[in-house]
Amino acid sequence: MKEIRIHARAGQGAITTANLLGYAYFSEGKYPYAFPHFGAARMGAPMNAFVRVDVIPVRLRSQIYNPDYVLIMDATLMRGYNCFCGLRDNGIAIINGKEDIEIPRLKSSQKIFIVPANDIALATIGRPLGNTALIGAFAAATNELKLETLIKVAKDRFSGKIQEGNIEAIKKGFEYIKKIRVFPEPSEERCLGH
Amino acid sequence: MREFLEGSRAIAEIIKRVKPGVISAYPITPQTHIVEELASMVANGELNSQFINVESEHSAASVVLGASATGVRVFTATSSQGLLYMAEVIFNIAGLRLPLVMTCANRAVSAPINIWNDQQDSISLRDAGWIQLYAENNQEAVDFHLIGYRISEDKAVMLPVMVCMDGFILTHGLEPLDLPEQDKVDKFLPSYKPLYKLDPNEPLTMGILADPDYYLEARYAIQETFKDVLRILPKVADEFSAIFVRDYKDLLIEEYFTKDAEKIIVSMGSVCGTIKEVVDELRKKGKKVGLLRIISYRPFPYARVYEALKNCPKIAVLDKAVSLGAYAPLASEIKVSFSNKKKSPKVISSFVAGLGGRDITLESIREIFRKLNVKEISQDFIDLKPELLTEAYGK
Repeated sequence: MKEIRIHARAGQGAITTANLLGYAYFSEGKYPYAFPHFGAARMGAPMNAFVRVDVIPVRLRSQIYNPDYVLIMDATLMRGYNCFCGLRDNGIAIINGKEDIEIPRLKSSQKIFIVPANDIALATIGRPLGNTALIGAFAAATNELKLETLIKVAKDRFSGKIQEGNIEAIKKGFEYIKKIRVFPEPSEERCLGH
Repeated sequence: MREFLEGSRAIAEIIKRVKPGVISAYPITPQTHIVEELASMVANGELNSQFINVESEHSAASVVLGASATGVRVFTATSSQGLLYMAEVIFNIAGLRLPLVMTCANRAVSAPINIWNDQQDSISLRDAGWIQLYAENNQEAVDFHLIGYRISEDKAVMLPVMVCMDGFILTHGLEPLDLPEQDKVDKFLPSYKPLYKLDPNEPLTMGILADPDYYLEARYAIQETFKDVLRILPKVADEFSAIFVRDYKDLLIEEYFTKDAEKIIVSMGSVCGTIKEVVDELRKKGKKVGLLRIISYRPFPYARVYEALKNCPKIAVLDKAVSLGAYAPLASEIKVSFSNKKKSPKVISSFVAGLGGRDITLESIREIFRKLNVKEISQDFIDLKPELLTEAYGK
């Protein structure tokens, strides 16, 4: 079983991201369960979406506390809140942000990738909605999903110009990770809890 | 065909296939997506149905009551305050013996206002005369709607069915499921032919005053019908599995490693998936534990529960609702299942968890198994934060 936790603000497309990831796993023959958890039900409020995936149907219905992967849609969420709480020792975090953002030191076995997904989205889709670029980055950083699968997902779920832009965003996100450096700092930080 | 769908969308898809003549609903979280999808299906011409917009849940329930009385198949859905606002009509629908299916996307009840999941809403209407089925996952939620119409419209039943699915956890959760194909749906569920209907050409009156000479019998008749429903549910489940190859056994309960169990948790709905995970984990360690899942809460399958639990010494009942001032609702039913019986568990402990969306984790379930010991617990709230109870206003 693999568990993905997405941190976002309501309105940033975390649910869409979880759904697209779930659909990609489903397309590869897995059994995903994608679900949201809302905080205060209003735009801009911090919220989570989750994907739990296995080779058999998922029965566990709790939220995700020890994710294999963390996706952070908005780097400002890291201010005063530990988005990496419970991340597994060999876990991978992918952050939508500029390269110079401040990131905490994680365990040496954990990896952080920073992707300017909003910039990619502006260039490809014309709006700063980094979901699909981030999904592309996720596939490259984790080797969980094939790039072709993600392109098929975009073809199934979007149409017309939006589809073209999103396919481009997925590819750009994927390629970006293949090129960049990784941040494993040899130090540990105590989990702040939540 | 297997698809990856949101629970709400899947419900809309099965309702489209049962072809209701009239749909009426008022939006309330977390039920909204279901009727939103149906409204767009009607608007797009995919579903030939009248979608009647109303100003409240009381009106939505009244519209489907009236439409059902004219002899058409109808559908509505609601949650929480919406269900409570419908309550008066809910009793009337059952009393009038009108067949219909409603989704209850389970949500906590105010106050304090809370949009998240527990089962207080449907549990609060348990005495209304509706059959209540609780789904563990979205496949079941879909199938129970189809089965619901079949049972509801059975001439030996003629009672409404409430399909209860946990709000957000199921309604907003996407998972793979099989949508029943239209030809198989038509085979399983023939078009609805009412016994009586409101028709200006052949006038009749429904819902007249029943004075003390008649009222008691009308209520008794429903109570007797519920006994028949206990026998009809397994038969319909058989017919369902013959067509759709999904076996819900008797549609009353599900037994998961109960046969040799020394500790069993009894519960309803999606949390049972989480309990199964813990059962598997503890079984691997050699602990004899199990789960009894209640599918049909109304009618309540006392005899089946007795048979499933009679040889187990320790029972924990996990409620996602309370009956303030009394034992938790499901715990009461389980305790009653053993009154005047030869065998009985030594311990039937009651646990309340998950109210207002408090997450029920693997650890919550492990704690229940740990606390299930020689000493019976009359009621324990799992994952309670005692520090919040001592906060004083203005200090």
